[in-house]
Amino acid sequence: MRITELFEKGEFVLTAEVGPPKGVEIDHLIKDAHEFLKTRVHALNVTDNQSSVMRTGSLATCKVLKDEGLLPIFQITCRDRNRIALQSDVLSAALLGIENLLLLTGDYTTLGDHPQAKPVFDLDSVSLIHAVKCLENGYDIAGNAVDGTPPKFAKGAVVSPCSDSVDVQLAKMEAKVKAGCEYFQTQGVFEPDKFMEFMEKAKQFGVPVQLGLIIPKNVGMCRYMNANVAGVHVPDDMIKELQADKERTKSGDVGVEICARLIKECKDYAQGVHIMSLGWENRIPEILDMAGIAPIA
Amino acid sequence: MLITQLKSKETIEELAQGKIVIINCHGCKEVYFPEHQADELQKELSASKEVTQIITTDYICNSENLMLQLKKHMDKINAADTILVFSCGVGIQTVAGQFQDKKVYSCCDTYQLPGFQGVTALNVDCGQCGECYLNGTGGICPITACSKSLINGQCGGAKNGMCEVDKDMECGWERIYRKLEKMNKLDNMKYDVPKVRNFGISKEK
Ligand code: SF4
Ligand code: SF4
Repeated sequence: MRITELFEKGEFVLTAEVGPPKGVEIDHLIKDAHEFLKTRVHALNVTDNQSSVMRTGSLATCKVLKDEGLLPIFQITCRDRNRIALQSDVLSAALLGIENLLLLTGDYTTLGDHPQAKPVFDLDSVSLIHAVKCLENGYDIAGNAVDGTPPKFAKGAVVSPCSDSVDVQLAKMEAKVKAGCEYFQTQGVFEPDKFMEFMEKAKQFGVPVQLGLIIPKNVGMCRYMNANVAGVHVPDDMIKELQADKERTKSGDVGVEICARLIKECKDYAQGVHIMSLGWENRIPEILDMAGIAPIA
Repeated sequence: MLITQLKSKETIEELAQGKIVIINCHGCKEVYFPEHQADELQKELSASKEVTQIITTDYICNSENLMLQLKKHMDKINAADTILVFSCGVGIQTVAGQFQDKKVYSCCDTYQLPGFQGVTALNVDCGQCGECYLNGTGGICPITACSKSLINGQCGGAKNGMCEVDKDMECGWERIYRKLEKMNKLDNMKYDVPKVRNFGISKEK
């Protein structure tokens, strides 16, 4: 199933991010997915060598999850593959029955664990969306015909509503919509006002947007994100909230509460929620319960 | 060695609006410049458009030298709407950098020829991509000013206007966007078919 079908039905679409392991032991990921996510989110994003750290592939992990009865979203970045490999992997996804894509430019190589690697960036997020659109129309990006019935995907992308240069981000968002993007997931939001302001401007594009959430695990993590992670800013009062009761922060309860509150505050402006739990998948059901979002039927 | 090749006559004619000053750069041994074709085309332009001055000089990639050479033409330049530059990508960027409020357009595409390349110490750079983008980007080179050489806009990595790859470097796309904003040319970022680079031509022999 394509998740665009859910948006079309007016569903509040819930997704969560999972990262393939560094190695091939995937049992833990599958177990968590069944236990905490299967009945709570519609689909699972599978990251593509996230933060430029080499891991097992996104496509293979998507296939494993699909065989487990879960709905995967294949994340593809332009960092490691040129247009030949990218299009080839998109066709491979179709062959394996994977119909949901999230198309990204990707972090730069030097941010990860192979800083010596050659950065590719032959295409970027916008031209990658265009390439997928071409394949859906029966041609590759070079204009050569592709045999048989063309594949069809739900084509998604990301945007940063709390970026310090949100106008530049909106211009890029518009370019993505024009290229054929059908849904957006946002970078982690900690400032509901900025998200709502952004959505007021973004609604003209007529494309559903899922509110992106990162569970704030502790003060150090928030400070790190404020200094280093683009498009993410944890406000001071939220940091104070995490400082107030050290025990409850350590147990994760404060982070869970913050996420639930963000969902409640932004819900009316978003068409869904995308949770990046960074290993805290087990807390997702609680966040959704607290936000008043029932399990999926 | 670099070669510059004229953009098509139609493209250049479209760029040539209002009062026009033309700057040719002939100085450099590292760059092949199609003098004869440029001459012919500029004659045609002078016949059909309002060309107020044609300046032929050298080493415009060096901003001090450039401003010295242009000194006696400043009245014409100040009165011009458009500056058309016939040079390599570095020269065009230097001119665009000096005249922030003018429309500075590139009339050439710069290619790389295999072999030894001259070393010139400059603060803007040209990646010799073979399909110069400067006319759409406010005279700032997306190939060299953006760490990922992106051509369709900013990635998600810029923080406080700085690049995700090098925190001491301003994000190239932030600069391009602000420049276009200032020029009232943000529409340059709106086009129907995304740009895709042609790596086949940039290394052509
Ligand atoms: S876009 Fe940049 S790299 Fe390409 S020719 Fe122009 S200045 Fe050179
Ligand atoms: S942060 Fe800016 S300069 Fe750096 S790679 Fe992204 S778009 Fe390019």
